[in-house]
Amino acid sequence: MRKIIDMRLLPVLAITAIVVVLPYFFPSAYYYRIGALVLIFALAVVGLNLLMGFAGQVSLGHAGFLGIGAYSVAIGPGYFGAPSWLCLFVGAMLSGVVAFLVGRPILRLKGHYLAVATLGFGLLVAIVLTNEAGFTGGPDGMSVPKLVLFGWSARGADAWYWIAGATFIGGFLLALNLMQSPTGRALQAIHDSEIAALVLGVDVARKKLTIFTISAMYASVAGSYLALFNGHITPDVAGFLRSIELVAMVVLGGMGSIVGSLVGAVVLVVLPQALTVFHEYEQALLGLIVMVFMIFLRRGIVPSLATKFAGWRK
Amino acid sequence: MTILEADRLSISFGGVRAIDGVSIAIESGQVFSIIGPNGSGKTTLFNLVSGIYTPNDGNVRLGGETVTGLTPDRLARRGLSRTFQNLQIFSRMSVLENVMVGRHRHEHTGILAELLHWPSVTRQNEATREAARMVLGRVGLAEAADRPAASLAYGALKRLEIARALASEPKLLLLDEPAAGCNAVETQEIDRVIRSIVKDGTTVVLVEHDMRLVMNISDRVHVLASGRTLAEGTPDEVRSNPAVIEAYLGVHGSQEAAHALD
Repeated sequence: MRKIIDMRLLPVLAITAIVVVLPYFFPSAYYYRIGALVLIFALAVVGLNLLMGFAGQVSLGHAGFLGIGAYSVAIGPGYFGAPSWLCLFVGAMLSGVVAFLVGRPILRLKGHYLAVATLGFGLLVAIVLTNEAGFTGGPDGMSVPKLVLFGWSARGADAWYWIAGATFIGGFLLALNLMQSPTGRALQAIHDSEIAALVLGVDVARKKLTIFTISAMYASVAGSYLALFNGHITPDVAGFLRSIELVAMVVLGGMGSIVGSLVGAVVLVVLPQALTVFHEYEQALLGLIVMVFMIFLRRGIVPSLATKFAGWRK
Repeated sequence: MTILEADRLSISFGGVRAIDGVSIAIESGQVFSIIGPNGSGKTTLFNLVSGIYTPNDGNVRLGGETVTGLTPDRLARRGLSRTFQNLQIFSRMSVLENVMVGRHRHEHTGILAELLHWPSVTRQNEATREAARMVLGRVGLAEAADRPAASLAYGALKRLEIARALASEPKLLLLDEPAAGCNAVETQEIDRVIRSIVKDGTTVVLVEHDMRLVMNISDRVHVLASGRTLAEGTPDEVRSNPAVIEAYLGVHGSQEAAHALD
């Protein structure tokens, strides 16, 4: 009776239950919209957390991959008449290839140097999206055709809530699987001591490249969803502020905590909405709250609280 | 059989010849120690042999094949592993997980299988866990398997590093000051572990300051001074070599020592 279900899957089941039950408490369609946004961002944050929290490699340009994914589903159907779902896959592949090519030279850098190099990559994507106005519509952006699957058109916030929810849970499960595998252990080892991982035979450069590529694909899918959900996209999706927002979600939720990725996305998507009642003080209050979180839960919300609860139980 | 040969290795850092034309040849199954005063180049020699530095001059051959300039991970896959003088523990992982990383070169699962948690990954994890537990037992850390690595005492961490390297099943294991900072009991434990490693057929190269440990355990001792070879021989030969005594105690000290022996 002890092992009816794999203990490993417990967090996945818990998150699934929350995603499924939560809509019963939504007073209006507006809440579906916020929920969908949270889940879409959480998907990108899980990917970035694999890179930052587990492998210990920072990326300040991850919104660049959101941008590639977003514009893939905008340009592909718009100019080439390809179905959106196909463009979403092609976008993810393209992001993977770009990450692979860009990652080879820049992942040799460490710490702040890597941060600045990835920052440069993000800016580059945003600039290309802004300047190639012939394809992208420039700074004004472009409209994105609706996602159509087997004749069913995905419109409305509730549809996107369920699509984003299912994808997030899938992404969550894949991330969890990866972390409990030989590659996952090697990545965590790289985080703590690259040199020790090397002398144990871990091909550090290749492992970093692998996880950078995977995390880019997570971001790309999230970017495609964001574009399809909003129906319109501007180069801001790939902007510096978006990259920083993703990093903030990772750190706030908890580096290396996959559940934390969701919590970080919840806080930074829901909080600005809730704070709009304070009008011009909204941003200031948001900043203050994030600071307070980081001061009192300095390892991020989920890991810090987990330690506290473990302490109480003793 | 010679397992490791270094031929006239040299490396300079900013004009200083840290290692200057040092050659060593290590027989399979031996404990080979490298000693010398502080700053004589012991750890630098280790770094050259284990691929962390690339020599400016000279060759390294592992099991007869030239491996000069290969990266540490490729050397590890050819059966050379090492520990570090300043500990390099994976402090966020448990004791067992640390050793499981050591099994990395024996693990064969693809990234897709890992993402989907294929049954092959479950089997691999089980096999790795079992192998890692065995190795922990060998260094006397079986009880600590599930503790966070960061919670271990210093002497235990030293043994954990050895276990992690052992888990990769190296033919040649380089130990950089395994007993540094250990008390007498911990040093004795390290001594026991090294003997058991050698008994199982792994060749051990040791850099160590604890002379009692070195002289007790070594088959051959190589003495460095200012980046050059000063002497090499059995522990007894090295101990009675006047040049070695001088390097350690200075000219005046060696005269004193000579008087004392009279």
